[in-house]
Amino acid sequence: MARKAGLFDLRLVIAMLFAVYGVVLVVVGLGFTDEADLAKADGWNVNLWSGVGMLALAAVFAAWTALRPIVVPDDAEAESRRTS
Amino acid sequence: MPVLAEADLRLDAGPLDYALLAVYFVVVLGIGFLARRSVSTSLDFLLSGRSLPAWVTGLAFISANLGAIELLGMAANGAQYGMPTVHYYWIGAIPAMVFLGLVMMPFYYGSKVRSVPEFLRRRFGTGAHLVNAVSFAAAQVLIAGVNLYALASLLNLLLGWPIPLSVVIAAAIVLAYTTLGGLSAAIYNEVLQFFVIVAALLPLTLAALHKVGGWQGLVDKVTAGPGGAEQLSAYPATELTGFQNPVLSVIGIVFGLGFVLSFGYWTTNFAEVQRALSAKSMSAAKRTPIIGAYPKALIPAIIIIPGIIAAVVVPEVQALKAGDASSGVVYNNALPLLIRDLLPNGMLGIAITGLLASFMAGVAANVSSFNTVFTYDLWQDYVRKDRPDEYYLRVGRLATIGGTIVAIFTAFLAAGYGNIMDYIQALFSFFNAPLFATFILGMFWKRMSAAAGWAGLVAGTLGAVLVFVLAETGVLDLPGQGASFLGAGVAFVVDIVVSVAVTMVTRPVPQERLVGLVYSLTPKEDRKHSTTGEDAGWYRSPALLGGGVLVLTAVLNIIFG
Repeated sequence: MARKAGLFDLRLVIAMLFAVYGVVLVVVGLGFTDEADLAKADGWNVNLWSGVGMLALAAVFAAWTALRPIVVPDDAEAESRRTS
Repeated sequence: MPVLAEADLRLDAGPLDYALLAVYFVVVLGIGFLARRSVSTSLDFLLSGRSLPAWVTGLAFISANLGAIELLGMAANGAQYGMPTVHYYWIGAIPAMVFLGLVMMPFYYGSKVRSVPEFLRRRFGTGAHLVNAVSFAAAQVLIAGVNLYALASLLNLLLGWPIPLSVVIAAAIVLAYTTLGGLSAAIYNEVLQFFVIVAALLPLTLAALHKVGGWQGLVDKVTAGPGGAEQLSAYPATELTGFQNPVLSVIGIVFGLGFVLSFGYWTTNFAEVQRALSAKSMSAAKRTPIIGAYPKALIPAIIIIPGIIAAVVVPEVQALKAGDASSGVVYNNALPLLIRDLLPNGMLGIAITGLLASFMAGVAANVSSFNTVFTYDLWQDYVRKDRPDEYYLRVGRLATIGGTIVAIFTAFLAAGYGNIMDYIQALFSFFNAPLFATFILGMFWKRMSAAAGWAGLVAGTLGAVLVFVLAETGVLDLPGQGASFLGAGVAFVVDIVVSVAVTMVTRPVPQERLVGLVYSLTPKEDRKHSTTGEDAGWYRSPALLGGGVLVLTAVLNIIFG
């Protein structure tokens, strides 16, 4: 019987990293941005929008992982032995 | 590095920025530990057990190249030369990547070799193999050292960390995850690094475009600047090549950079090819460089454009371009300076993480290809044959440690060189340019003899060295990158001429030994990939994907030409 790969799916790692980054940046962008920060890029809230972008990236990878889980075929071990 | 610039370049990194950096390192090391579970043989460790999906190997393929030299060097070229820098991507990478996937991968992956030098050993025997394995291993350790040094000097400038400390910390982190998880850990981290680099550079580019007044603002400012409107179009790039004549300049780019240098680098550099060899099927191996080619075609937008903008908005770079170098800033500082000026705390941490990620990607690629060539091509072939596999797994781990230690020492040696880009280009043209000539002759001309294999490589390398020496001593006057383009061209031609001449007077390799290695002696079905299971679907066709990226590149060339 085919089984799903456990915790270690690279797509999930990417999703988690960027979810953390995205949340932190959005919070900083909304709550902790003063005029001096904004003035650096002439008024564009870099943190807020970068954070939103990273959350979107995280969502895409999470959705991909959920929709197409890695399936490890039964004969995976036999196969890797054959090629080595 | 100029002492004067130190205080000016210091980034205002706060606790938040360091926290974001720390999160990244935790994930990187975590991947090393997790990947360790899948390592039980030397092939698992050194070639990921040939099990990775194409999108992973494809992104790792370009990420392995997205190291220190690439990021800072290309942004620097963007600041100095402007738009012509895109040739390093569109002419200098895409065609060669597609060629590797469609034409050469059937022989690399199909013959089940474990490294590029091993292909040479089976095709030409010991002579060519030794020349290539030794020069490759040496070059990788050298380049790993250059990457480490660049990383350390950047950390020193930006954050004030002492150079020796940064060299050792960065080396320790790369060493930790590559020794634990082998190539899988290196490749998984390269994919992660790719996204972090994009996450760092894309907001920077958007903020910079906002600052400069959008695309039109950029065009106006560059046109009014010292470079003039010429820097906004990719051709004829006379400033970049150093050839005054526009026709010669374009020939230099298309033949020197586009054909010889780039084909030599992308198709025979094992640090790149190794990523494709770790793919799980012939179809995935063919798609690896082609999938990598799509981001490669688009990534200049977030590397070169920030460089160009840095030259019009960062005061120090503006001054440098106008001929005033008194601030001590060099073009290689363009990207960090833009980060300093534009990004608030938070994004600043991500940007620092992205820069560090890119350096470590380069070092990890060097180290993980070095250990494979050392283990399989030097140790197993010439020192200790026929040991059990656990023995070679152990050698692989020890080679990783040894290579990193040598790289740390090279890092301190590299400190003497100012322009990292020129230095690396020179190395590439010595080793890589003749290689492509030998491979392409060897794959398509069954008559080519074993002696021609090594003789061509040696003669070609000497040709490149000769051009380099002539240019360095001022006999040939080619500013810019012209000398390395010419050196690569000379190496290629000399290799072909010597190989053909030697083949004419020596015995050919017996044909039965060349099955799977030479085009005319390999049955068609051995070169084809499966189109069932996970290789099914028109969108997984290597030829279609390859054609797509060539069209994309042609369109980009027309728009920005």
